[in-house]
Amino acid sequence: MTMKVGSRQVDGVTIVDCSGRITLGEGSVILRDTVRDLLSKGNKKIVLNLGEVNYIDSSGIGELVSAFTTTKNQGGELKLLNLTKKVNDLLQITKLYTVFDVKDDETAAVKSFK
Amino acid sequence: MAMTEQRVSYTLDSSLETIDNAEEKATRIATELGFPEDEIMQISMAVREGAVNAVLHGNAYAPDKKVTLAFEHTANDLVITIRDQGKGMDLSRIPNPLAPENLLKTSGRGIFLMRSFMDVVEIRPSETGTELKLIKHVHGPTAGGKEASQ
Repeated sequence: MTMKVGSRQVDGVTIVDCSGRITLGEGSVILRDTVRDLLSKGNKKIVLNLGEVNYIDSSGIGELVSAFTTTKNQGGELKLLNLTKKVNDLLQITKLYTVFDVKDDETAAVKSFK
Repeated sequence: MAMTEQRVSYTLDSSLETIDNAEEKATRIATELGFPEDEIMQISMAVREGAVNAVLHGNAYAPDKKVTLAFEHTANDLVITIRDQGKGMDLSRIPNPLAPENLLKTSGRGIFLMRSFMDVVEIRPSETGTELKLIKHVHGPTAGGKEASQ
């Protein structure tokens, strides 16, 4: 299953609902283009909802890091929501869990933006 | 494809399709050998990362260079070998992705993930390519050789 994304606005925060696989190739490119497009339009409060992401490889992890740093460098914030066990485990062993702001409740995630 | 009773090997192009193909083969073989679900995921991800390195960093997508992928089931192990035809690699220059200065790098986690998921990871670079050997010990009912009990 390739990656699919859809975005929606909740109280000034853009929620990006991701599903499928974030892997080298199409999945990583879709994520990169989505975040860049949001930033170019001034949407700098971003939540990546990864609840339906069932697989991610090292390239996908790299894209999450890139999305995080790109958003931060443009004065925005990017948070992760609803990690599956697989993605959660990967972020734990790569120590990235401490880098990302990870939420498991959408309302709390939206309220957490300054 | 060449195949013996407990060994199967494939010669694959240096393409993105090869990476997905390698992962799918690893998932199927690990499933057939009876590995538990979490270890199937680990094996398939390690093979995917190995295939990524072979296609991208080893062969650099060169159409005239091939990736060889082999699975061997011994009495106690699943042994996976991935060879590319690139220029080899300098093992001393592999960064530690957990170092604070590397945490926010967007690449460099593939070998780390392989080492996290497999029991043995051997990397043998040479001027004619790199050979990667991934070994997962068989802990379940297949340990000791399922064939021997038949």
